[in-house]
Amino acid sequence: MARIDVTVDGVRYTDEVEPRTLLVHYLRERLGKVGTPIGCDTSSCGACTVHLDGISVKSCTVLAVQADGGQITTIEGLAPNGELHRMQQAFHDNHALQCGYCTPGMIMAAVDLLRTNPDPTNQEIRDGLEGNLCRCTGYQNIVRAVRAAAATPTGVTG
Amino acid sequence: MTQTVPTESANGTREIGRARRRKEDARLVTGRTRWTDNITLPGMLHLAFVRSPIAHARITRIDTSPAAGMPGVVGVFTAADLGAEGIGLPCAWQVTPDMKAPQRPPLASQTVHFAGEGVAVVAARTAAEARDAADTVEVDYDPLEPVLDMEAALADGANLVHPELETNRNALWVFDSAGAGSGGNVDHAITAAEADPDSVVIHRRFRQQRLVPAFMEPRSTVVDPTGEQLTMWSATQVPHILKTMTALSLGIPEHKLRVIAPDVGGGFGGKLAVAPEEIVTLLVARKLGKPVKWTETRSECMLTAHHGRDQIQDLTLTAGRDGTVTGLKVDLLADMGAYLGLVTPGVPLLGAFMFNAIYKFPAYRFSCTNVFTTKTLTDAYRGAGRPEATFAIERMMDELAAELGMDPMDVRKKNWIRHEEFPFTTVATLVYDSGNYEAATARAEELFDYPALRREQAERRRSGDPVQLGIGISTYTEMCGLAPSRVLGALAYGAGGWEHASIRMLPTGKVEVVTGSSPHGQGHETAWSQILADQLGVPFEDIEVLHGDTQVSHKGLDTYGSRSLSVGAIAMVKAADKVIEKARRIAAHLLEAAEGDIEFHAGTFSVKGSPDARTTIQEIALAVFAAHDYPEGIEPSLDSDATFDPENFSFPHGTHLCATEVDTETGAVRLRSYVAVDDVGNVVNPLIVEGQVHGGLAQGIAQALYEEAIYDSDGNLVTGTLVDYLLPAAPDLPDFTTERTTTPATSNPLGVKGVGEAGAIASTPAVVNAILDAVRHLGVIDIPMPCSPERVWRALRTARGGTAHTAGGPA
Repeated sequence: MARIDVTVDGVRYTDEVEPRTLLVHYLRERLGKVGTPIGCDTSSCGACTVHLDGISVKSCTVLAVQADGGQITTIEGLAPNGELHRMQQAFHDNHALQCGYCTPGMIMAAVDLLRTNPDPTNQEIRDGLEGNLCRCTGYQNIVRAVRAAAATPTGVTG
Repeated sequence: MTQTVPTESANGTREIGRARRRKEDARLVTGRTRWTDNITLPGMLHLAFVRSPIAHARITRIDTSPAAGMPGVVGVFTAADLGAEGIGLPCAWQVTPDMKAPQRPPLASQTVHFAGEGVAVVAARTAAEARDAADTVEVDYDPLEPVLDMEAALADGANLVHPELETNRNALWVFDSAGAGSGGNVDHAITAAEADPDSVVIHRRFRQQRLVPAFMEPRSTVVDPTGEQLTMWSATQVPHILKTMTALSLGIPEHKLRVIAPDVGGGFGGKLAVAPEEIVTLLVARKLGKPVKWTETRSECMLTAHHGRDQIQDLTLTAGRDGTVTGLKVDLLADMGAYLGLVTPGVPLLGAFMFNAIYKFPAYRFSCTNVFTTKTLTDAYRGAGRPEATFAIERMMDELAAELGMDPMDVRKKNWIRHEEFPFTTVATLVYDSGNYEAATARAEELFDYPALRREQAERRRSGDPVQLGIGISTYTEMCGLAPSRVLGALAYGAGGWEHASIRMLPTGKVEVVTGSSPHGQGHETAWSQILADQLGVPFEDIEVLHGDTQVSHKGLDTYGSRSLSVGAIAMVKAADKVIEKARRIAAHLLEAAEGDIEFHAGTFSVKGSPDARTTIQEIALAVFAAHDYPEGIEPSLDSDATFDPENFSFPHGTHLCATEVDTETGAVRLRSYVAVDDVGNVVNPLIVEGQVHGGLAQGIAQALYEEAIYDSDGNLVTGTLVDYLLPAAPDLPDFTTERTTTPATSNPLGVKGVGEAGAIASTPAVVNAILDAVRHLGVIDIPMPCSPERVWRALRTARGGTAHTAGGPA
């Protein structure tokens, strides 16, 4: 077992974990952060995307021990004050989700995309979200949502 | 009753037609979701399955003892340990009286019939411990020959998937317009065309590759046994069917089983099932007396959840040289896989009535031979039977145009049903109630700039441009709103096609509506609220839509086949009519007027000629709750329910146009533009409809270009992960141009048709037709799907007389 010390959505946790434990399993099973879902076992789908020290990672591709000392934000911590993050609002406004299973990962990836490219073109959005799969929307409204979010002034959380 | 025409909500504006943002989104964008895998119950155990690594083998030994001693393991079970050897999973569709149906066990005990079939299961404290232990279970297999090729499987002396059935043929199902009296004899049409120099006879074979539905949420089931009562949460599209079928299969009294579909992450037909894992989870929970969860990995999902499509289509089309079709003959081979799921053998039948599509064909014959192989079973996948039919006929219309040197759009116009000819009884005996193919096509051509693209295509051909341009057409229709119960009965389906709804008027005037539909991404909570807001004249926000829990929604037939709006929502409209009728009597009493003088508009009852005498339906709800003053002889309740059984299917249609650029040097295909003009009747929420079209297009295009479930010669699925099976990501798809024409359905009071499957049905042939249109002048007449760069390149090379083998893929 290994000891880790992480801050997740603003709360500090210290835990003993098996070295093989994936970050996503730690989040879901130990911390109850079930807002972050698991969609595959090959790091293909991106449903489990979270931010580790401000950068998007697929939490199935990170060991919990690798996150030791890190700051993690999940979809549940994106709107801490109850007001939606501009990306969450844009997904809602633009019907960028249907079943919603890919949505947490898609939103976290999209937030990071705007961090590195605040005003992306449609093609840059499509390329930037290549690691996140959606089976419902055909992506068009996701692209629309990300553009809308980019055009929205950054709030305290965004 | 006459209130079935929507009025308007309390604020005086119609909700139907508004692009309402979805109620569902609030929890989905914040992670406050209720996926089955999120559920944790006190003392809950986790399951992991031991699965066969071999397609076809006798099990000679199972030793569970190594697993039993592993940390955290509470139990290791074979079929015998669970008393499951006599259990057979249900198939609800006996398509012919002599259909051959194997027993489908929850766990294999003697023989495995596909790679991935479960043979044992471990229950442990954690999922990881269960997995670790499952990997130590020892199973010895005596391999048998796999059965992989449908034609070889039907040959004399073929190895048998299920020797006890004495054949690999599940069923032969035939429709003949001559026998049905709806058209002529297609053999006569073929004979006549062969003898007539002014006619053509076109034979083609198309392959519908095997696809994986690939909903994003892997399947998961939790069962909680509390005394006699069993509660099952499952990632399912069909909680009601799952409940009834599980009760029947296991002999559980139906009232002791509650099934809940909480948030469900997509289905596309793939969760229209009673899965072996659902049954095993229940059996283990009951045996251990503990809550038990099973959640599959994506690889397990790819390997064991049912697949879709997988047909070989042989088509013969006859026509005059003017382009008028005189007959169509369809012979299918449909791969069932190793077992029959809920509707496996009936999937091809859902296409049987659609090969004639939007056209007036005088003679039609359809036959389908269902075949068992040692592969994962197939069953419903978005469109189920209809994409196969639409692909075949829309490809054939292009082949006919090429044969005759005609514009493919002109060939279609020559044969389609004109708008003034509706209602139209087709050669397949369906009655198309409404449609306007001319209008949808005209709008699509306008948006697409069809003439300009044809000019560019001609120029590129003239100049020998290495990148050739192709235009693909798909003028499709489909049948949805499954289904009139009598029709299902005539097709020997095991249930009806009605839907149920009930409305509860709460004391404060708020409304709960219970629907038997079971959404998993479609947005019913929003759309149903909009419809009911107009019907009852109450605010959109005052309505809560309840679904997916069989103790809340006791009656229902769930969501598939684009049926929820045109069947499920109509049941709600009928229930609303009853609420209004009950309220009208109370209003008359309270307003001291004759019932015949009471008018209802936008949620308010008023007395004819006395505009000040009025009360709202929400006020009446409170008055009924108090029950201090209501007329004699009636019950103090507005609550109502209704069951709606449609009299006909609905028939969305549309025209899709696709422009592709094909690099003749590399085989790469780029979608340059895609225009979809769909006619889905009246639209409740244009935002949701557009989303459904986008998603359907993505899946249909993916069939044309990207996806295929491939088995190797030993019967192993080699596309068993999302690394190997190519689901399109955002860069793989273009922006779509979508619009609508509106020809209301006449078969329901909302004039709605359904939209869930249209995009997936229409788009596949549009793309393939476009690719072939780009390279046909180079000698390519067909490319099997998916049209990968390799296959396009091989087809071009073969056409040029190069050394490439056939355009077939790696299978």
